[in-house]
Amino acid sequence: MSLWLWVLIAALVCVALKLVGYLVPTEVLENRRMAHTAAMVTCALLAALVVTQTFAEGTALVIDARLVAVAVAAGALWLRAPFIVVVILGAAAAAAVRALGWG
Amino acid sequence: MRASPSVRSAVRQGISVGLATGAYGISFGALSVAAGLDVWQTCVLSLLMFTGGSQFAFIGIIGAGGGGAAATATAALLGVRNSLYGLQMASLLKPRRLVRLGAAQITIDESTAVALAQPDEPAARAGFWSAGLGVFVFWNLATLGGALLGDVLGDPARWGLDGAAAAAFLALLWPRLKQRQAQTIGVVAAVVAAIMIPIAPAGVPVLAAAAVTAGIAWWQYREPPHVRSAA
Repeated sequence: MSLWLWVLIAALVCVALKLVGYLVPTEVLENRRMAHTAAMVTCALLAALVVTQTFAEGTALVIDARLVAVAVAAGALWLRAPFIVVVILGAAAAAAVRALGWG
Repeated sequence: MRASPSVRSAVRQGISVGLATGAYGISFGALSVAAGLDVWQTCVLSLLMFTGGSQFAFIGIIGAGGGGAAATATAALLGVRNSLYGLQMASLLKPRRLVRLGAAQITIDESTAVALAQPDEPAARAGFWSAGLGVFVFWNLATLGGALLGDVLGDPARWGLDGAAAAAFLALLWPRLKQRQAQTIGVVAAVVAAIMIPIAPAGVPVLAAAAVTAGIAWWQYREPPHVRSAA
């Protein structure tokens, strides 16, 4: 039940954030320093999520099949593959490495 | 009255973006179920939260054993950019009442990008609505499909779904790394997260990275010269 509660709270917070841009007077959000910081924090969150999804196992840092998945994904992105292809290649790489008995 | 060529082109673009982006809702649905959410919770996230980065972050932190509060805080921080998009789209669309609620809900990366890429205002409005509604419809259908698929797949690691999650975040990050400063921020965030993983509960390393880099970005910011002289 408490997971349901967090799902709803998180979803409603995100809806509220979208509405803010339509309802709030513009000065606050038009501040360039604020816009710059928001853009940089988006990058930071995604970079941190790449690291935690790749190396974290609970509170331990581990190297396993996920690192191979990320390397393959980076190669695909370098070659300008679309999002869905990158994700599928990432899954396939991790699955293949595990099928070979590692990670 | 026939729509102008620029409007028709915007609608075509919007629908193709909707199809392409919507399709990866399949990966969200499958990953969400693998992270321990049920099919309904997964679908509610796509219908109500409806902003991909936040959705992936929420389920990623829940799946890693993080708390609901950390997952919610991370999803919210990733959703802040939609406020800035809303600001730009509000002055373009000037929507009223219920339409405003609908416009706000489909104000995301893709609809804003398609709108901003158009040569005139009618095309920008057409691009916004077609991309936003297109992504909404296909993203939610694909989420349901992915969640049902994830349910029958069983052990997520065997299918490499944990690798897919890491790949998905890298793909979301990639197009934002064009500027030198974004690259620096990304490296700092990655290092902070790695240092924090062994010493903090799941979810906290990501928030710590956000806090540190927000400080850096805020203090490092310099107004461009033409803005300073105009002030």
